[in-house]
Amino acid sequence: MKVLVPIKRVIDYNVKARVKPDNSDVDLANVKMAINPFCEIAVEEAVRLKEAGTATEVVVVSIGDKSCQEQLRTALALGADRAIQIEADTNLDSLNIAKLLQKIVEEEAPQLVILGKQAIDSDNNQTGQMLAALTGMAQGTFASEVKVEGDKVHVTREVDAGLQTVALNLPAIVTTDLRLNEPRYASLPNIMKAKRKPLAVKPAADFGLDLTARTKLLKVTPPAERSAGITVETVDELVEKLKNEAKVIS
Amino acid sequence: MSILVFAEHDNSTLKAETLKTVAAAQAMGSDITILVAGHNCQAVAEEAAKVNGVAKVLVADNAAYEHQLAENISLLVTELASDFEHIVATALSTGKNFMPRVAALLDVTQISDIIGVESSDTFVRPIYAGNAIATVQSLDSKKVVTVRSTGFDAVATDGNAEIVALDAVTDAGTSSHVSDEITESERPDLGAAGVVISGGRGMQNGDNFKLLEGIADKLGAAIGASRAAVDAGFVPNDMQVGQTGKIVAPDLYIAVGISGAIQHLAGMKDSKVIVAINKDPEAPIFQVADYGIVADLFDALPELEAKL
Repeated sequence: MKVLVPIKRVIDYNVKARVKPDNSDVDLANVKMAINPFCEIAVEEAVRLKEAGTATEVVVVSIGDKSCQEQLRTALALGADRAIQIEADTNLDSLNIAKLLQKIVEEEAPQLVILGKQAIDSDNNQTGQMLAALTGMAQGTFASEVKVEGDKVHVTREVDAGLQTVALNLPAIVTTDLRLNEPRYASLPNIMKAKRKPLAVKPAADFGLDLTARTKLLKVTPPAERSAGITVETVDELVEKLKNEAKVIS
Repeated sequence: MSILVFAEHDNSTLKAETLKTVAAAQAMGSDITILVAGHNCQAVAEEAAKVNGVAKVLVADNAAYEHQLAENISLLVTELASDFEHIVATALSTGKNFMPRVAALLDVTQISDIIGVESSDTFVRPIYAGNAIATVQSLDSKKVVTVRSTGFDAVATDGNAEIVALDAVTDAGTSSHVSDEITESERPDLGAAGVVISGGRGMQNGDNFKLLEGIADKLGAAIGASRAAVDAGFVPNDMQVGQTGKIVAPDLYIAVGISGAIQHLAGMKDSKVIVAINKDPEAPIFQVADYGIVADLFDALPELEAKL
């Protein structure tokens, strides 16, 4: 079975995002970029399915300008077989991303689509569910375990109260949570090999979709800073402050 | 401006976060209807009817909704959507799961995880793990919104709304529930507790979390953990407070043996009072704490428990 893994190029998770002085957006000039950590987990899961003999081919897709080819090559180095770049603006709304991915799902007919549950830049947590709705597929979001069994996939999901396991008819959509797996590091030979793996470029305009923006970003500001308080010397002093100054305990 | 608010519940009680989501809805407009979708969930409907500012409670009581599978709930909400301009849910695991499906079926985008309402179409939400705050305007005719409940104060519960049963059943037939592994606890929910005490990697192992229990008992607190403690296997993930876990904003948050990684701060920095107990005076947690105590937690915790 074929597995499709959409991935996103985002700010490296070790870099602290800074707001532009004019409050128009976050400043990404000269900032280290990387594959979104949840997307990396999705690639790893797909590659493991292939190594286990469950998947036959892993296709990665990213939507953006030429720079996202870097992340597609990273995914190829991690073990994906081929890549597709949909050439488009980098700031498309989730719904428009999902519509473009729907076209790729129609072309590629994967049995399983694995996505990260959210990107660490926009923090929307939408694309997987939207793609599931547009394709009419069932979804297993926030997955901590994925098991393909016959014509179904069993997905264990991280929910507020603990874990929930659902059975989904294939083809299906899975979105990854942190504990699904620990992604490998790409080895140097695999990085070299990835350079020769196929990477197709398709302009978004070729899909004939209306990709008009659905939202307008009015402003971006830094969060309110919380100032440091005081250091207390003893537990007695702490209890006294909490009772009489903060009045949060009685 | 009519608004549909999806009730978060477990078929027996309404989650307290829903009261805050209703407060967010009130900032968007009036004429609020609550949808209770579940199975044998009449008690939830009766609770929902008491929520202030709510005109009507719709109850979809059917086995197809028992586990709130996204495929079925999204079809139900989409069918109801024609009567409403805003569809609002709490950004908890159920809402996060099905709401983007509703948005896509309605051909609109979703505004996720809002912490403020500027007007009926403009919302404030954290991005980049809370390192930036975005003000976003929705250009769609229908607004599909999920609410981070810590951004709003709960409405009161002395109302008396009309309860209307829905007959229509939508079963997509593409998914089924297999099992739940629910963490049983006598303590309050992390999201609803007035006091939260969390342990980090400094707790050293899962057994040592018992040191937090006596304090939690005395304060009526929920117990949380940092991602480091969860990743180290000390405690299950549903206890995680942080960007990738639960977002909390209690009156009192006590961080024990937690260094204060940015992703943990994203989950608790809106707490009213923060206490940090850590033996490392350089730990970043002290930069956000109202009261810090530089001490070995294995000395400080028993003393704190004794003195409360």
